Amino acid sequence: MKTDVAITPEVIAKHGITPEEYERIKKLLGRDPNITELGIFSVMWSEHCSYKNSRPELKKFPREAPFILVKAGEENAGIVDVGDGWAIAFKIESHNHPSAVEPFQGAATGMGGIIRDIFTMGARPILGFNSLRFGPIERKEEGKEKREESDQVAQNRHLFTGVVAGIAHYGNCIGIPTVGGEVYFDESYNGNPLVNALCLGVLRHEQIKRGCAKGVGNPVIYVGSATGRDGLAGAAFASRELTEESKEDRPAVQVGDPFMEKLLLEACLEVMRKDGLVVGIQDMGAAGLTCSTCETASRGGTGNEIDLDLVPKRETGMTPYEIMLSESQERMLLVAQKGREKEVEEIFRKWDLHGVTIGRVTGDGMMRVKVGKKVAAEIPAKQLAEDAPIYHREAAQPSWEITNSKFQISSIPEPKDCAEVLVNLLGSPTIASKNWVYRQYDHMVQDGTVVLPGSDAVVIRIDLQRPDLGVAAAVSAAGGRGPLGTADSTPKGKYIAFTTDCNGAYCYLDPFEGGKIAVAEAARNLVCSGARPLAVTDCLNFGNPMKPEIFWQFRRCVEGVAEGCEAFDTPVTGGNVSFYNESPVSAIDPTPVIGMLGLIDDPKNITTQWFKGSGDAVLLLGEICERTPTLGLGGSEYLKRIHKLKTGAPPRMDLPHAKRIHDACLDFIHRGWVKSAHDCSEGGLAVALAECCMSNGDAMVGAGIDLSQFTDRLDAVLFGETQSRIVLSCGPQHVEEILHSGLPVTRLGTTGGTSLKISAFQGALTWDVAGLRDVWWNTIGRLMD
Amino acid sequence: MKFGIIQFPGSNCDQDAYHVLADVLGQPTRYIWHKDNTLGDVDCVVVPGGFSYGDYLRTGAIARFSPAMKAVIEHAKDGGLVIGICNGFQILCEAHLLPGALIRNRELKFVCDHVYIRVETTDSPFTNACRRDQILRIPIAHGEGSYFAERQMIEQLEREDRVLVRYCDKNGNVTDAANPNGSLENIAGVCNEGRNVFGLMPHPERASEKLLGSDDGRLILESILRAGATVQPQMGANA
Repeated sequence: MKTDVAITPEVIAKHGITPEEYERIKKLLGRDPNITELGIFSVMWSEHCSYKNSRPELKKFPREAPFILVKAGEENAGIVDVGDGWAIAFKIESHNHPSAVEPFQGAATGMGGIIRDIFTMGARPILGFNSLRFGPIERKEEGKEKREESDQVAQNRHLFTGVVAGIAHYGNCIGIPTVGGEVYFDESYNGNPLVNALCLGVLRHEQIKRGCAKGVGNPVIYVGSATGRDGLAGAAFASRELTEESKEDRPAVQVGDPFMEKLLLEACLEVMRKDGLVVGIQDMGAAGLTCSTCETASRGGTGNEIDLDLVPKRETGMTPYEIMLSESQERMLLVAQKGREKEVEEIFRKWDLHGVTIGRVTGDGMMRVKVGKKVAAEIPAKQLAEDAPIYHREAAQPSWEITNSKFQISSIPEPKDCAEVLVNLLGSPTIASKNWVYRQYDHMVQDGTVVLPGSDAVVIRIDLQRPDLGVAAAVSAAGGRGPLGTADSTPKGKYIAFTTDCNGAYCYLDPFEGGKIAVAEAARNLVCSGARPLAVTDCLNFGNPMKPEIFWQFRRCVEGVAEGCEAFDTPVTGGNVSFYNESPVSAIDPTPVIGMLGLIDDPKNITTQWFKGSGDAVLLLGEICERTPTLGLGGSEYLKRIHKLKTGAPPRMDLPHAKRIHDACLDFIHRGWVKSAHDCSEGGLAVALAECCMSNGDAMVGAGIDLSQFTDRLDAVLFGETQSRIVLSCGPQHVEEILHSGLPVTRLGTTGGTSLKISAFQGALTWDVAGLRDVWWNTIGRLMD
Repeated sequence: MKFGIIQFPGSNCDQDAYHVLADVLGQPTRYIWHKDNTLGDVDCVVVPGGFSYGDYLRTGAIARFSPAMKAVIEHAKDGGLVIGICNGFQILCEAHLLPGALIRNRELKFVCDHVYIRVETTDSPFTNACRRDQILRIPIAHGEGSYFAERQMIEQLEREDRVLVRYCDKNGNVTDAANPNGSLENIAGVCNEGRNVFGLMPHPERASEKLLGSDDGRLILESILRAGATVQPQMGANA
């Protein structure tokens, strides 16, 4: 591309800029932009960077709390105080479109990008998470469009394989444990998979860094990899619907190098730990050099001037347009203290990375891009970063919500053999164990993973002594890890729990309830692990917001999530909006993924989901079955898998009731009564009970369960997804105390034996636990290998 | 016992090894930068896991040429202790301090999991705190961990009692099903002729605290301390 391209209406449209937006740009500049400036505006004013379609809705989230150190929207990631001088930075981000086009690199660079968002805040990344959605990976035996379906299944498997391999490649190499996430399979994700990557890091309060260019005359330093033509204008690409031609967009997908990022991570942490050396730092993610220069200036209330001749490049003949819009990976922009450039350069040289001064902070508020002496772009930084147009989109309730809400479970016959149904559900890829996925991820590196993937939430130790965290003796003072030859006593220390959750089918059927449920389920998972829910990051995945039905879904999900966050006192600390998730056939189910952080006050409270041995009482905390026309089966996995229906009002979420259940569960755990706690979600009580029996590696424990007092339909009792239910096990001596807690609690039975037996009003069912485990543990592996 | 942990660009288990040696075992421990020509005053060198040099070319292939590795080779020749874990094992093979090579896993996928290994001999500075046939539960995390060597070399290793640990099931049976990566003869770790250099794919530093699910790996590290305790006074007597 030449630098003197004429700005025609076609060129403007190609940049995704509307005629109104172009007028706004002209007014702001007082002249027509040149092509470089147009490119800069197009990325900064894309939905990905500006949230122009979502911002008014996002204001509905609760975002304040005394423990929040960096708020949502302020910086690259939110930061919360977790006590004793420790803080946690965490954020989730989508990489859906790049992963649809090139699954391996799309997912890998999704990890790379979110990891940079965390260490740019001064935190050492200690865990990665992924929330993934794909179309079905099972071939159906019959069906007339078998061939076509089969192609789609092959494509879905290809995407699933590639995405998992890409995440594994990046996370394993950089040495950040990928400890969890979720994987759902549903037709609505055919052709438009969701790849949401999350990273969490730990730091001391005084180590927080900001993406802020302060101090006129301070050097602007480019660090990391050289700039190439890869990923040109990826942010604009991510803000369009996927079409057949998207495959032609392959150059818009970046290529990741986790080794380079590992060096960058260590070098950046080293440079940031030098007293006062780094004034501000920001990663070059979406919109690369453009975003980092104008946002740092905007936050600092300053300007900056950079010379593109000084930018390290890996290709020749790059135009200012290409350099400014490149999304080459593993790069950061750093503002250092004047006169100390050498110290920065030296550290980057030690790590064999570029560390080049490319400009200065100025006082005139302009983002000025020069090529040698010549000015290539000159834009007021604050307006560019913050004055993107805001749109209030039209919303209209989709007709399918009303139709589906009329569904009554009485219109569906009860299955003849519920024993077979449970086996079928455990073999549903959405419910089956995800060990095929997480065994490909190094989930133990960094020596912090206390509860491994496979329980309700992972539990991570966060206060290890790391020389870069500058907290020598944190561990030895914590005690417990004694000298040679002594056994570990109960360790002290600091622990967090983490989970991500979202059921897209619920959100499709009722976005408001679905939004509430996503938050409540996340909180429930944390509580089952013995953690107190603290704060949320969210990744809001939706279709095209220009369509009123889609915008309705978005608005109602946001409102549901906001209510949920209010109810559990878990403010939103940041996240990401991903629109235009549509294939040529349809939009995805609305999928507001909730990542929730919980604190474990004492390691003795760490709780896992599986039964611990024979003779323990099994209790259900919560109502057995909601009193609605669907009996909790609306939107259930049972309805979808057994009856091929995605319909009904999803289960109701009574938030105050949920809070009481969660508080009680935590209280029981704190009192030391609880041996295991497992949340009931997809597949209902029967699946939850089976998981309690078989999810602790090859150590299995059976149970005898009596449900004969419940006279509802058996499918609703066993597979209904009524909310706010937790399966507990405890020693027999604590049963009475829990039963008299004033909450709905039912004694279900006792653990022991090698089979799961459920006596129901309609008859008795028995499964061999080893047989159930074989299906549940191996389903995905058998489909994929 | 003074430990030195080599830091290559791309090492990522260096900090874990540091944590366990310094904080859990209370030993004087420090890092050795890959560009350093000398190791300084250390008794045992740890070549840690990770992706040194991004695994470019071949795992461990570039690391062997680093200045620090030249010093490690000298240290080993002088009888100093060296333990290579995971990528460290790969590097020690590339550097010809250990025979054989680690090739792509049989299933062609990275695998992270707890596995069982059986201690084949206690006659080494790395297993002297174990019992013979003791079963250790230790995690693995690798994509290229399938141990390979020429048939003659395997026979020689067996003859000289240099296979220190082998993959097994939880009852100690060495079976194909218990072999997580296709290693010949289920070999999980071998030592050199002088028995002072040991490489293994499992990560003892991830299994040194009960909190993390197993502290069986600590036996390997404690063996090193025990070896140091018996060797050092002798050295003092000679001096």
